[in-house]
Amino acid sequence: MGSILVVTEILGGNISDTSRELLSKARELSQTLGAEVVAVGFGSESAQALARIDADRAIAVTGQAVEQYLPLAYERSLLQVMEQESPQLTMIANTTMGLDLGAGVAATRGISLAAYCNGLAVEGDEIIAQSQVFAGKLLAEAVLPSEGAVVTILPGSFPASEVEGHPTVTTVDAVSAPGMSLIQVLEPEKGDVDITRADILVSVGRGIQDPENLTLADELADAIGGVVSCSRPVVDAGWLPKARQVGKSGQTVKPKLYLALGISGAPEHLQGMKDADLIIAANTDESASIMDVAHYGTTVDILDLMPALTERLRGE
Amino acid sequence: MQKAKPIELELAVVNGIELPGHWNRMFEPRVISEYDLSVLDQVTSIEGAESLGYCYQCGKCTAVCPVDTVGDYSPRKVFRRTQLGASLVDSPDLWLCTTCRNCLRVCPKEVNMIEIMPAVREQAVLEGKAPEELLTAFENTARYGNPLGEPPRKRADWVKSAEVPVPVMSQHKAPVDVLWFVECYPSYHPRGKDASVALARLFNALGVEFGILGTEEKCSGDSQRMAGEKGLFEMLAEHNVKMLSKYQFNQIVVTDPHAFNAFLHEYPKYGGQWPVQHYTQFLAPLIDQINLTRPISKKVTFHDPCYLGRHNGEYEAPRNLLKAIPGLDLVEMGHCRETAYCCGGGGGGMWLDSFVRDYTSQRLSEKRVREAVEYGADILAVTCPYEVSRFEDAVKSTGNTGKLEVRDIAELLAYSAELI
Amino acid sequence: MRILVLSKSVPDLVEELALDEDSGELLHDDMTYVPSEWDDHALEEALLLKDEVGAEVTVLAVDTGDVDNMLFTALAKGADHAVKLTGDFDLATSNRKRAQAIANYLRDNPFDLVLSGVQAIDDIDGQIPAMVAGLLEWPHASVVTEVSIQGDQIHFRQEYGGGLQAELAAQTPLVLGIQAARKPPRYASVAKVRQMMKSSTVDEVDASADAVPELEIRRFFKPVAAGHAEMIEGEPDEVADRIITILKERKLVRG
Repeated sequence: MGSILVVTEILGGNISDTSRELLSKARELSQTLGAEVVAVGFGSESAQALARIDADRAIAVTGQAVEQYLPLAYERSLLQVMEQESPQLTMIANTTMGLDLGAGVAATRGISLAAYCNGLAVEGDEIIAQSQVFAGKLLAEAVLPSEGAVVTILPGSFPASEVEGHPTVTTVDAVSAPGMSLIQVLEPEKGDVDITRADILVSVGRGIQDPENLTLADELADAIGGVVSCSRPVVDAGWLPKARQVGKSGQTVKPKLYLALGISGAPEHLQGMKDADLIIAANTDESASIMDVAHYGTTVDILDLMPALTERLRGE
Repeated sequence: MQKAKPIELELAVVNGIELPGHWNRMFEPRVISEYDLSVLDQVTSIEGAESLGYCYQCGKCTAVCPVDTVGDYSPRKVFRRTQLGASLVDSPDLWLCTTCRNCLRVCPKEVNMIEIMPAVREQAVLEGKAPEELLTAFENTARYGNPLGEPPRKRADWVKSAEVPVPVMSQHKAPVDVLWFVECYPSYHPRGKDASVALARLFNALGVEFGILGTEEKCSGDSQRMAGEKGLFEMLAEHNVKMLSKYQFNQIVVTDPHAFNAFLHEYPKYGGQWPVQHYTQFLAPLIDQINLTRPISKKVTFHDPCYLGRHNGEYEAPRNLLKAIPGLDLVEMGHCRETAYCCGGGGGGMWLDSFVRDYTSQRLSEKRVREAVEYGADILAVTCPYEVSRFEDAVKSTGNTGKLEVRDIAELLAYSAELI
Repeated sequence: MRILVLSKSVPDLVEELALDEDSGELLHDDMTYVPSEWDDHALEEALLLKDEVGAEVTVLAVDTGDVDNMLFTALAKGADHAVKLTGDFDLATSNRKRAQAIANYLRDNPFDLVLSGVQAIDDIDGQIPAMVAGLLEWPHASVVTEVSIQGDQIHFRQEYGGGLQAELAAQTPLVLGIQAARKPPRYASVAKVRQMMKSSTVDEVDASADAVPELEIRRFFKPVAAGHAEMIEGEPDEVADRIITILKERKLVRG
């Protein structure tokens, strides 16, 4: 019987929501394929966390090398597990860990990878992976080879598994990898504000064009009683601190109002804000991905819109 | 430290004329001996920037410099600060000049900011010291052939809204009389496109045999050159000359005074020598053939574009077109023709809005709009593609919405001819 | 310290993507290609390291037919050498095959540190830096910022979700996928790029094209949007009025 290997992430003794999403899909595929679901987790807390999940078997990789997240030790240890299991399919979430491990283990093992996957289906005896490419503008369908493939899966693609199971948990020793070590963990810079607690976010993206224009966003945020947040390019350009970033590598937010100004809506950004109660987006491109999650949209120039809104709010 | 020597002769002989000491100073460098001139020497050793050293601090430029009216900048101050040892390459002064040419018009020593600014800016760009927003415009121009970063393949998309034939040369496959060089803002900017549509309809109404380059056209690059990216300009000039050389036409007509300037003075250096006219010059002699039936009974004032007027001496053609419109009352602002104010968009100012805002009390476009309102104008007529958007923004920001409209001359003509 | 920067070009999303909707194939020759944005950050980070500690920076691209300008631009920005891997490559060449060619090159040409953009918009079959590292079995980390050279070790930050980061140390040789450079990528003036085209050369290295496991892509297609925003038309003032009305209706602002 073939197996589907699900690489889980364990945070504070529990497996992550994204890992649960992978498990639910793995269970669905396993029923069609007649494969068993094998979960793998890392660290001393993993055995306990894995014991309650919906998998047929679980492998807890333990040892000093994997006690803290280290890309090299995790990769070497995962390779060892894959060597033993030879899974038909290996599922990894497209988080930093997925970016570290997915393509690396596929290359080392000489097998194929489908990245940015947001759909998996069985057709006959083939697994079809659907991937999101070109910043969400296109989807691609790939036929995965039957001899084993890796898929890195976008968080939020599948419902999280709520099923409690009783897999047999085996413990294996981590592979030590002295080539890489942890110096320190840096907690999120909270900065002056916590954007996750704001009811209204005035969020700016690349369309802001110039750091000087942030004044307009500040004024609008001030007038509307909200906080300024932003998308990744604004942080990368050094215009706003990391603490203000919404999206995969930043904060996940769920405000009552999200004003997306000059944000095109890369999948990583949408992941961090799509559950806001009301999303109003201004972007010069009506076909930008942000418009697919926004409730209202406009193509007017944000440099005109921001002062126009501020003026009205102040006039009240 | 070698100090410069003052020249205050008892008697100087200039062109055979004897000049007594008290005013021969006017012809020689002013006393500058008290200063270490090494920083000034660094600037004047840059090819093109030599004439900064000629300044003798008379201050005539300060009196006419538009930037000085909204900030602390004028060519005289540039010289003085450099003389005092402040490096121009690191100074915000370097990016405030709009190359409007008003200083050169009055300078007795021919200190030529039109050459100094691009030369020193080129140095700053090379040293990575140019404002980021300007570099973005350069990068966009290099990558997409337009400073707005719009898709090159959509350069001729505006044609669809013209609803009259606008032949694209690559498909037209026949010689034309007029090759219309449309330029970037008239191709992409919503308000620029309005003027392009108006002009396309006027050409059709006049039966002009014309064509455009369409997606083969790239930015003429003149303002990028003035802003310090000469290499980019050269690349664009070579491209445009190559594309234009493929086709047969009698003359080029441009929408943009900056392109006009490039075609007149720069493109010949790259093998692109064609008769060129600004569209107002092309239309002026044909004005009787345009059926101007709908009156515009408004007070209209005209803003002379720096690169049509002061740079290239054309003041009459736009006015003749305006005067031909029935009902139109042309009023002149105090700053007009040679002394016209500047919209702030030239010399890279178009892409330095945020930077300039930090060093000025108001935008030049805002100052100009206030002047137009002061003179009682209902419409501010323009004929440079930078201006419609700049002045319309300024109308809003100065709270004059509803009081003053901004219209390209092509739009006014097409309206009067009932073409739009 | 010898640093290799991997760069590749990707379809420019400013233009429409060219897709044959019947066959589901990308029309590579009908698209405009631009340097991948993340790779620009990797180059910038490498050049910052060069400025700080005098590293020697080589920029490499697989010859997919359009890479010279990108390489000369990198030289104009301050890279010391440019290498083009030639062989059986074109715009449709998979990342996997590119990674194999790069790994082969690295076996013959030792470098201490390999930097590349953490990802590119067309990484459907995996990200190049991770695959290069996997093929060579070198240590690798992705989503990296703030690289520094500390003696014979490389220190760097890795970003996780929720703003969490860690500072890691690693031995060389090492492959890092760069998320963002410490500074915005520098501008290379056109004159400088053109001067490079005249005065420098791109080293062409023949790269053997081994058979690699290729992902079998059945088709590309446009997503059917689950929903689309209700568009508010009009001038900024009209749009602002409408937005204020919506916000009032929902009691998000007073009034």
